Amino acid sequence: MSARRVGREALKGFITGLMEDGRTVWGPQEFQGSVRFRPLKKNGTPVLDVPNATLSPKEVVFPPSEWMFLFSTDPGREDAFVLKEVPQEGPEQVILGIRPCDARAFQILDRVFLEQGAHEDPYYRSKRDRTLLIGLGCNTPCSTCFCHWTGGGPFHTEGLDVLMTDLGDVYLLEPVTERGRALLDALQLDEAGADEVERGKHIAEEARASMGEAKDPRRIKEKDLMALFGSPFWERAHEACVKCGVCTYLCPTCSCFDIQDEVRGACGFRGRNWDTCMFALTTLHASGHNPRPTGKERFRQRFMHKLKYFQDDFGDVMCVGCGRCVQYCPANIDIREIIEALSA
Amino acid sequence: MTPKDVNVSAVQEHFKSPDPMIPYSARVTDIKPEAYAIATYGLMFVDEKIRAGYQFMPGQFNMIYLPGIGEVPISISSDPGDPERLGHTIRYAGNVTRAISRLQVGDIVGIRGPYGSAWPVERMRGQDLCIVTGGIGLAPLRPLIYTLIRRRSEFGRVILLYGARTPNDMVYVDEFPDWETKGIQVHTTVDRADEHWKGHVGVVPMLFYHIRLDPKQTTVVTCGPEIMMRFVIYEALARRIPKDRIYISMERTMKCGVGFCGHCQFGPVFVCKEGPVFSYAQVEPFFGLEDF
Repeated sequence: MSARRVGREALKGFITGLMEDGRTVWGPQEFQGSVRFRPLKKNGTPVLDVPNATLSPKEVVFPPSEWMFLFSTDPGREDAFVLKEVPQEGPEQVILGIRPCDARAFQILDRVFLEQGAHEDPYYRSKRDRTLLIGLGCNTPCSTCFCHWTGGGPFHTEGLDVLMTDLGDVYLLEPVTERGRALLDALQLDEAGADEVERGKHIAEEARASMGEAKDPRRIKEKDLMALFGSPFWERAHEACVKCGVCTYLCPTCSCFDIQDEVRGACGFRGRNWDTCMFALTTLHASGHNPRPTGKERFRQRFMHKLKYFQDDFGDVMCVGCGRCVQYCPANIDIREIIEALSA
Repeated sequence: MTPKDVNVSAVQEHFKSPDPMIPYSARVTDIKPEAYAIATYGLMFVDEKIRAGYQFMPGQFNMIYLPGIGEVPISISSDPGDPERLGHTIRYAGNVTRAISRLQVGDIVGIRGPYGSAWPVERMRGQDLCIVTGGIGLAPLRPLIYTLIRRRSEFGRVILLYGARTPNDMVYVDEFPDWETKGIQVHTTVDRADEHWKGHVGVVPMLFYHIRLDPKQTTVVTCGPEIMMRFVIYEALARRIPKDRIYISMERTMKCGVGFCGHCQFGPVFVCKEGPVFSYAQVEPFFGLEDF
């Protein structure tokens, strides 16, 4: 038996143990009125009882803004305009309490940044390689959750290193990968009893059963791309959308970014920021031509990319069913309805 | 000049640097004004090793970077047989290109590349070639023209159909006589003539009516505004050129150039890695539809 247990009251000690060897531990915390993953302070406690954080921990490996390199613009300096890499090394890090859907999103980001072509994204790679995921299964999935549609589930271990189950008084920790096993072994935690593992299984089954019937977006893969693209469905569907971009901002799988230069005083930076296909500027050419001129095309692009193009290329939809876009959309646009409409 | 073999793997190996987003320094060696707000910049890598290792194929592009301003994808428009002296023909349109317009000989820019797909020169061997292009769209085709000239005997007829808004918007006109003596038929047209213009007036696809193409052995390559390419394709298809013998070069906003940033998505393909050169057969379903 390799499952371990941590009593609820011993959680602090467990986190302190994780922080040894200089590890950074990211956990969900109250932050400016929302719940976001931040590095935990010593003796800090993560907010593990909320259903899911407002923002996924995508930012741990793919920050909203990051510098790629910097340079001096002072012509008097010998190194003026010499590009200097921003050091990418950092401490080993653990994301504690990441939900299984967000962990699957990391695997989707891996495909975009590491597995898609001739190049690897070095900024993503350096952070991804030193990040371990300790996931927390979802005992009570929300009404907006639909991870089971996209091939996941409230206790799916795909992408995780360790799966944590809240048994009430005790957290059950089950290693998924070798790295996760090594971490748990090093921490010398108590072994979990067979009854506790059994209780964990039971909770997982109940959680899954509470989620209702799943629709299968994989049926969209069999549909003709042009028929979907040209469908009159888009004419109506986009009308409610105000193109605020919150869906792309909160999405754990959205990976588009913009690259910008910034100069402050004599110090220049080149950095990248999250971008969104909902904005007209994303595709605007310098000539004034915009290949996606109105909201309809941008709306369609987002869903066609997630549900069709990405699925055709990689076999999975670019959605993990976390439900954030459903929860926070100011116009009540529900990606589940779009999946149903496209796969009908 | 002895033609160098264009070796992709050598390029890839050289540029499989840990960071594909970091450009290398290149010096502006000459600036040649081509037309209104268009100039060709001769560029040479500062580092000798990079200069010696750099090779590209006709149709590929580089990302040109000005620190503090930004980066733009620009087709390489010089001779692939002489990759040490890169040429980029640039129209001043946005922030970065306007800053480029202020560069002087001796200034340094950043370059990374080459990226993207190339005109399929090997597949064109033995074929007649009809190159149809408008305005600065000739820039990504000039490396192909140089290649064809160097290997002229391997190809059939080579016809260039070239149009621009006005005679002042035409690029490389000074080279046309030389190309004609080297076996390239050049037909030109303008949308609006001036008092000195004695040639055709009208849009580029109309030039198809001045030539005859053999559908059994012709490849059509085109680069220009999407609306122009759409009508070029109509004309080519009307002449029974097979869809997989029509090649286009697409344009999209790009940020990273290597398939991460998502800006250049053109339906299911990324213009930066699967393109910019596509065969019409590849993009037929969604090309010409507005709004991909």
